Amino acid sequence: DTAMAAQMTDAHRRFLHVLMSKGITEGSEARKLHQHCCETDKVYYAHDKLDDFISTINRHLQPLFMQIRKGMSEEDGRAHYAVVNLAETEVTKMASDYTEIELELFRKTMDLIILSENGFASSTDILNLADKLKTKKMKKKEAEQLLKVFVEDKWLSEKNGEYTLHTRCIIEMEQYILSNYQDVARKCNICRSLAVQSQVCESCGIGMHLPCVRKYFKAQTEPRCPKCNEFWSCDIP
Amino acid sequence: ELVQFLLVKDQKKIPIKRADMLKNVIREYRDAYMEIVSQAGRILQETFGLQLVEIDPKLHSYILISSLPCAEANHPCRAKEKEKMGLLIVILSFIFMKGNAVKDSALWEFLRWLRVHPGEQHEIFGDVQKLVTEEFVRQKYLKITPIPLMDPPQFSYQWGPRAAQETSKEDILNFVAKVQGKNPKFWTSQHNEATA
Repeated sequence: DTAMAAQMTDAHRRFLHVLMSKGITEGSEARKLHQHCCETDKVYYAHDKLDDFISTINRHLQPLFMQIRKGMSEEDGRAHYAVVNLAETEVTKMASDYTEIELELFRKTMDLIILSENGFASSTDILNLADKLKTKKMKKKEAEQLLKVFVEDKWLSEKNGEYTLHTRCIIEMEQYILSNYQDVARKCNICRSLAVQSQVCESCGIGMHLPCVRKYFKAQTEPRCPKCNEFWSCDIP
Repeated sequence: ELVQFLLVKDQKKIPIKRADMLKNVIREYRDAYMEIVSQAGRILQETFGLQLVEIDPKLHSYILISSLPCAEANHPCRAKEKEKMGLLIVILSFIFMKGNAVKDSALWEFLRWLRVHPGEQHEIFGDVQKLVTEEFVRQKYLKITPIPLMDPPQFSYQWGPRAAQETSKEDILNFVAKVQGKNPKFWTSQHNEATA
């Protein structure tokens, strides 16, 4: 890694602007954006230098306790980038956008999701939570509306009436989740990152992301657990 | 810390008051206030390409403006905000083309023509009256002043300080020209004003 003190150019700033406004950006979009920014601001562009480009920005973000972080979507395995806040372990970005009671519902929903088998919480279960909040009871309609906002703002994603954490949320809160849910949160055996949705080995209990499972067992005729070698009982995605 | 505070506050597009900065972030370092603020301004410019601009010298309130050349999406905002911005651009255009100030009756008649009615819940904008007279004003995009000696009271709508910073008369004129498929020079007096 060259110590060539890379300066922030307008291309870097524009890239950062867009990343911050979108909340989360998929890998190929990020590459297109990199090209667009370099072309718009007439900065030297090399298509394989995205990581260096991002490192330059991160060097400048470091004293501000911010970072552009890369994470994997648990749905399709694709890389995504998000600008995250490292300063506090609390849900800081959210703290400025939502009220106390909304944050409480989110935290309780996150509990449900992390403690669940499959990484999802049903809307019924979440709405029941709304009734039991400490701050103040929340009406069902309010909770339903709030869930829509959480999805819109990319903290949660919804599938068939069930909710899980959005990739953006996982990238931003991975450290917070791993330290606050130490005993419960699972790490993927293959990539070692937090796994909210996972397949679990029935014998030894290790977990793996669905895309990681797919990749790992691709070449194998007989899917066997990488740790205990027992036959892998779940359907390969 | 101040940089983060400014970024977060500015996301809501509400101007940041010096008093808030002192109370929430600077606190015991009051004496170094100027130094801290200018340092924050340097970081905002260097890392984010944002300028800290004072829009009210009396109240000492500030906003962040992008200093990137021809930034298309000038302000980080959610998808929903883009629709509101669309409506705002239309209103700013109307005000500029009509000589920089319009009466509220004229503006609402214009919006009615676009099928946006005050007092009715619009499917995209919701309570439009609130959006235009409260939210846009609070965000300093519009300025509404009562016209003296009018009974019943009437108001004059003008561009607010944020609008003047985030866009320009020239950009707005080009927008109008594009929409109407005409050359901006078609409107001689506005063109002269915009390119002055």
